[in-house]
Amino acid sequence: MRTLSFRINGDQVSVAAPDHWTLLEVLRYKLLLTGSKQGCDKGDCGACTVLVDGKPWLSCITVAGMVEGREITTIEGLMPLHIRSGGSGPDPVQSAFDRCGALQCGFCQPGMMLSARALLNRNPCPTRPEIREALAGNLCRCTGYTQIFEAVELAVAEAIGVEPAPRAWEAQKMKPEEAQRRAREAAARLRAEREGSTS
Amino acid sequence: MAARDLHGPGAPWGEKPPGDRGNRDFHVVGQPLRKVDGIAKATGAAVYADDIVLPGMLHAKTLRSPHAHARIVSIDASRALRMPGVHAVITGRDMPTKYGVIPWTPDENALALDKVRFVGDEVAAVAAVDEDTANAALELIDVVYEPLRAFLDPFEALAAGEPRIHEDSKGPGNVSKHVDLSFGDVDRAIGGADVVVEDEYFFHGTTHTPIEPHCAVAQVSGDGLLTVWSATQITHYVQRALALVLGIDIAKIRVVQPALGGAFGGKSDPFSLEFCVAKLAQITGRPVKMLWTREEVFYAHRGRHPMHMRYRTGARKDGRIEGVDAKILIDGGAYSSFGLVTAYYAGQLLTGPYDFPSYRFDSTRVFTNKPPCGPKRGHGSVQPRFAFEVQLDQVAEKLGMDPIEIRRKNFQGENTTTVNGQRITSNGFLACLDEVERASGWKERRGKLPRGRGLGVAGSMYISGTNYPVYPNPMPQAGVQLAVERSGRVTVFTGGNDIGQGSNSVVAYLVAEELGVDVSNVRVVAADTDLCPVDLGAYSSRVTFMVGNATIDACRKLRAQIVAAVAEAWKVDPARVRLAPGRAIDVADAARSIPITEAFQIAETRFDTLGSTGSYNTPTLGGDYRGGTIGASPAYSFTAHVVEASVDVETGRITCERVWIAHDCGRALNPMLVAGQMEGSAYMGLAEALLEDHDVNRFGLHRGPSLLDYKIPTSVDTPELHALIVESLDPEGPYGAKEAGEGPLHPSIPALANAVHDAVGIRLKHLPFTPGKVLKALRAKAVAPEAAASGGAARGGRR
Repeated sequence: MRTLSFRINGDQVSVAAPDHWTLLEVLRYKLLLTGSKQGCDKGDCGACTVLVDGKPWLSCITVAGMVEGREITTIEGLMPLHIRSGGSGPDPVQSAFDRCGALQCGFCQPGMMLSARALLNRNPCPTRPEIREALAGNLCRCTGYTQIFEAVELAVAEAIGVEPAPRAWEAQKMKPEEAQRRAREAAARLRAEREGSTS
Repeated sequence: MAARDLHGPGAPWGEKPPGDRGNRDFHVVGQPLRKVDGIAKATGAAVYADDIVLPGMLHAKTLRSPHAHARIVSIDASRALRMPGVHAVITGRDMPTKYGVIPWTPDENALALDKVRFVGDEVAAVAAVDEDTANAALELIDVVYEPLRAFLDPFEALAAGEPRIHEDSKGPGNVSKHVDLSFGDVDRAIGGADVVVEDEYFFHGTTHTPIEPHCAVAQVSGDGLLTVWSATQITHYVQRALALVLGIDIAKIRVVQPALGGAFGGKSDPFSLEFCVAKLAQITGRPVKMLWTREEVFYAHRGRHPMHMRYRTGARKDGRIEGVDAKILIDGGAYSSFGLVTAYYAGQLLTGPYDFPSYRFDSTRVFTNKPPCGPKRGHGSVQPRFAFEVQLDQVAEKLGMDPIEIRRKNFQGENTTTVNGQRITSNGFLACLDEVERASGWKERRGKLPRGRGLGVAGSMYISGTNYPVYPNPMPQAGVQLAVERSGRVTVFTGGNDIGQGSNSVVAYLVAEELGVDVSNVRVVAADTDLCPVDLGAYSSRVTFMVGNATIDACRKLRAQIVAAVAEAWKVDPARVRLAPGRAIDVADAARSIPITEAFQIAETRFDTLGSTGSYNTPTLGGDYRGGTIGASPAYSFTAHVVEASVDVETGRITCERVWIAHDCGRALNPMLVAGQMEGSAYMGLAEALLEDHDVNRFGLHRGPSLLDYKIPTSVDTPELHALIVESLDPEGPYGAKEAGEGPLHPSIPALANAVHDAVGIRLKHLPFTPGKVLKALRAKAVAPEAAASGGAARGGRR
């Protein structure tokens, strides 16, 4: 048994836990932050992903002692932190996931959304391949990932005020030229944004 | 109320002129709205089974068989029981009653009684103060086994009579179920055909892999009421099975499904852990939780049945199919599960979207000493669909026909009956073909793609529930109850299991549409046997269809009361009162309207406390022969895919680049949720084709029971998915809706195989499509192009 001190979702806490416990066990069983999920207990699925000092970590293979003195963000922390920094309601990533159908069973999504949040913190305007790469450590079995990509892209588009490209089932109901025009415009605006942010 | 009563010409979606696919009359239906549980899931607030913690709760673990087939000579748990922190140990003797999700085939025990039938079969369970103690106690249970010959190959299991895997199984060998049905004169039809293709195909085993492992929590109150929270998709059947096995009054059992972390058919049997936590809670007087490890989930399985399939198809020169003849050997694994149904579905669900003048299938499910197979998304029909759609491509190739054209040519049409007696209502398959042809640029691009790249097509159909409840009874398949609160809030109670597909949201949308309330003012209480009317569960793609119809039934009754009360207050004819979004309006006087909450209050004043019930049962369906009702659905969905794939001829690696998925879902109650089901289905099918293999080694040990070794696709492995929705407005479905959760999986696998053929000229007939098989086929083609084209390896699937 040892006592650990770290910051969790903005608060300093001290927790006593057995030496061999993982960070996931401490979060779920000691702090009752059950939003972080156990899917495999081996670091394979990513459902346990939390942010440690802003970076995605697999809490199920992190011995709790390793986070001594560090700053941890779990899914429960995203909305309060967003509000504390002047926003209202859920973090834009959470809201976009909610509005894009990305949350089917929802079990993998706390980890997924934290990976997405970490991505947007370091790269506010990622390309689709960059999104794919950043989320490759989080397995989702429901969605086929497409609506997850669309959710991240919606969060990006809203942050910079772009109308996102129509989805396949939306484009179906448009004139082909109209759908192509909207997709082109969105791509051009995002490209300009990326070039602007790197120059 | 039955569908035929609900959806006469008076239904609001039936009044529109034919061909009008617009949603302009609806304010909720057809909109890409948020899910009712979206924010709870987005913020980590949703409570899943493993998130439940009760005061004094014990943790349970299961001891599993290390043998694939063995007799249990003795079990001695005394050392485990003496261990500090251990509260109870149970074995098969504590719960000797057999059960099975299909009541005709009860061959499972909560814990093995005298025999174990696969590596991983449950033998004993321990409840202790924590998981570590429970795991340590498992090591102290002494079990003496007498190993028996294990059958890991279905052909051997069929050929050898002894030792039987199930002593009381009927018929010769280790047969679990045999079905032999014939419609029309197949031999004569194929004999007279212009072209005949006969070939063998193999579909391997795959498993569901929901990201949430199975978990159950039980609590017994001081007065003997048992509550079980379980990650299940069949609360009602779990309640029934608990009553049977525990021998207690079903009225004293409450089963609750918390938020569920994925299922795909993998949580649609009653499982050992549900009985064990209940029994251990009874014995100890304390709440008990059991959470399976990922490895245990792999062994629990109930996934896709491996099938060895021989198909023979005869066609005329113009491409019209004359007859189809199938012989299928199904590897069932150790227990029956839904296997009786699987053996039927393997044949019964192939008879659309194409017209078969004659058809025969002979399917045999055999027991083997492997993790039990069961219903995985597209239960029983994904494997035959793979074989047949590849064979249809082979027929088209022989005839020199375009693969889309041959599918159009054989379209069975709307409002027809299949050769095996299934009633087809709406059928949007042609529109599905048109959509994928257009979106993929089929006409312009096929045959002109760079070397090693190709396009393939396939079609399919699937059920929207069936009229066969797993235990025969004349009561409704789905029930719904509504309660209206004075604030304007409506609470819906439904037994339906929302497993992530969004059925609770669909219920809320329908209530909002029908009663004029905002979706945010509809609360859905679901899948709690104490609070909700029965629904049979989330399987066979039945929930949206059946619970949706039941919801509309309940809403119509309530709406009639509200409209009558408001009409009376306004002294107008009830036909003039309409419940619009947020308001009750007078359609003849635009100036007169009141807030919907006021309308509810007028109705409560007039009729007392407001509430209603609604239900749904299927019409009488199915062919007039034994098994004719299995696979008989009130409405069938239809799907077509085009897959674009590339093949690296050096490495044999197939890359699926893009998929166009067109699915006739009747009506998209929420197009975003429908698209999510379509994309998720296609992704899952392609993963089966390219990456996944649920198999055991010669000892019966799983080859890789982890999410590292059993490869499900990551975000970088998944191709571009384009979901194209086709709406055929079915007369039986809620607002015309049909299923969307399983059908769109089927064509992805044969469409990929057909794309590979288009790309490099090889026919892949043996799943999964590994680089080794691709290279072998490429070599065979180089040596003997004719042989490679006609295929026909020796008995498929033998290792």
